[in-house]
Amino acid sequence: MNIAAIREQFPILHQEINGHPLVYLDSAASSQKPRSVIDAINRYYEKDHSNVHRGVHTLGSRATDAYEGAREKVASFLNAALPEEIIFTRGTTTALNLVASSYARNVCKPGDEIVITQMEHHSNLIPWQQVARATGATLKYIPLQPDGSFTLADAELTITANTKVVAMTYVSNVLGLVNPVKEVAAIAHRNGAVMVVDGAQSTPHMRVDVRDLDCDFYAFSGHKMCGPTGIGALYGKKALLSKMEPIEFGGEMIDYVDLYESTWKDIPYRFEGGTPIIANAVGLGAAIDFLQEIGMDEIDKHQRQLAAYAYDRLSELEGVTIYGPKADRAGLVTFNLGDVHPHDVATVLDTEGIAVRAGHHCCQPLMRFLNVSSTARASFYVYNTEQEVDQLIAGLLKTKEFFGHAIG
Amino acid sequence: MQLDDLYRRVIMDHYKNPRNHGTLEADAVTIKLNNPTCGDSIALQLQVDNGLVTDAKFSGEGCSISLSSASMMTEVVKGKTFDQALELADKFSSLMKGEPVEFEGYEDIEALSGVNKFPARIKCATLSWNALRKGIEQQQE
Ligand SMILES: Cc1ncc(COP(=O)(O)O)c(C=O)c1O
Repeated sequence: MNIAAIREQFPILHQEINGHPLVYLDSAASSQKPRSVIDAINRYYEKDHSNVHRGVHTLGSRATDAYEGAREKVASFLNAALPEEIIFTRGTTTALNLVASSYARNVCKPGDEIVITQMEHHSNLIPWQQVARATGATLKYIPLQPDGSFTLADAELTITANTKVVAMTYVSNVLGLVNPVKEVAAIAHRNGAVMVVDGAQSTPHMRVDVRDLDCDFYAFSGHKMCGPTGIGALYGKKALLSKMEPIEFGGEMIDYVDLYESTWKDIPYRFEGGTPIIANAVGLGAAIDFLQEIGMDEIDKHQRQLAAYAYDRLSELEGVTIYGPKADRAGLVTFNLGDVHPHDVATVLDTEGIAVRAGHHCCQPLMRFLNVSSTARASFYVYNTEQEVDQLIAGLLKTKEFFGHAIG
Repeated sequence: MQLDDLYRRVIMDHYKNPRNHGTLEADAVTIKLNNPTCGDSIALQLQVDNGLVTDAKFSGEGCSISLSSASMMTEVVKGKTFDQALELADKFSSLMKGEPVEFEGYEDIEALSGVNKFPARIKCATLSWNALRKGIEQQQE
């Protein structure tokens, strides 16, 4: 992988922040965009834009082709069987809420169970709390080991014949661990439950094959994988999606409308009410092209190497606590620096041009499990380098020194 | 952006030696607020008597900016009437907007003026003041 050539393609990286070259280590929150994605969106607006699926004119069919072409790209990127198994959404959050509202609310009854983990992002936790509240189903958690991971034996014990939904993140945005979702999906299926995967952190980083995982639903966001904000998708098995009712009604999603009754289009359109997010879907398609050109396996390897390097360098610093397992971690490291509050850590780093995340990372229950109120997180992507990790370490040394002096 | 603008000696002193840290009697007015974006939380307690804040204490978790701000706020608000306290909260908001304001007789707070240059941290500095405002407004209802 030629990082210099890759970095060249990201205009935003070439600037100074507070007098220092930008070191962007917050890609797990949102990644930066390559020139090709920015250009694809511009080109679409300059040459092809119109509404989709209705115009008989040339631009109408160009826009429709661009939009549906993006759907095909997503389908093949995830190895879905059919393009209509891809529903464009605003992102992971809307995709998961669609499964919760359209599928789970109609399937769950009192006595049923929904199984999740305590490491879930709020976007894969609160929708299930709400389904449980609305249907009388019980929300259950697979217990976590001290390092935040869970065992398949515990998954076996938690998932029962009463379980209707198992929902889990593929890669934890705090612990960096990669969950055995394929194995959990098999347990879910043996018990007659569906498997929902939160792919927000896995899709940007590794080869994902929804048919191999045999998950029933898979959600992800475009903005974390070099695509624009405001676009993501839900993958769902055709047999399940076809039985689900829409949750938004109006233009685009209808088939036949009568005064008192109407019918819906087939999937995926019945879940895409209103004018869809056309330009952003085109941008997502360009992002997929960009990632595939580099190769998902290469990206996976690169970010794991950076995370492993960062883990080692951080462990050398006195007073650092790192959260999550050491081995086999995806491209991020979450930590605390002595008793310096992560906000203060992030502010000192920011003055050095280094962008990291500080807070609870939308995982308050996990923070409680880890016994902290917040943490700092450095997350890596295709454009990051070992040298940037070194800059992070230098920034942390400065933080220690600063707070040592100021407090001591 | 200079770190020293943000982390002035006074601030670090309040962070390390917070004044009025702890809890008051059970009958004190208690306001719990958290900063939903970072998970920091504060519990502010006010002892009130006839439109007057007679005592104030706080507990909770937070960064240097939020804790030092809480420490200063509890110091300055003691002995103030509700209206005076709200006026101080308004003044603090102005300080966070970068307006030149003076806190006569309690200049420590002015050290927080540097937060204005770090917009992401304004929420930290204002948490305890929002709790104060909420507590007094509840009493005035
Ligand atoms: C694991 C995980 N799930 C869900 C989300 C939510 O994604 P979005 O905000 O794009 O809907 C995120 C993003 O922070 C995430 O990291």
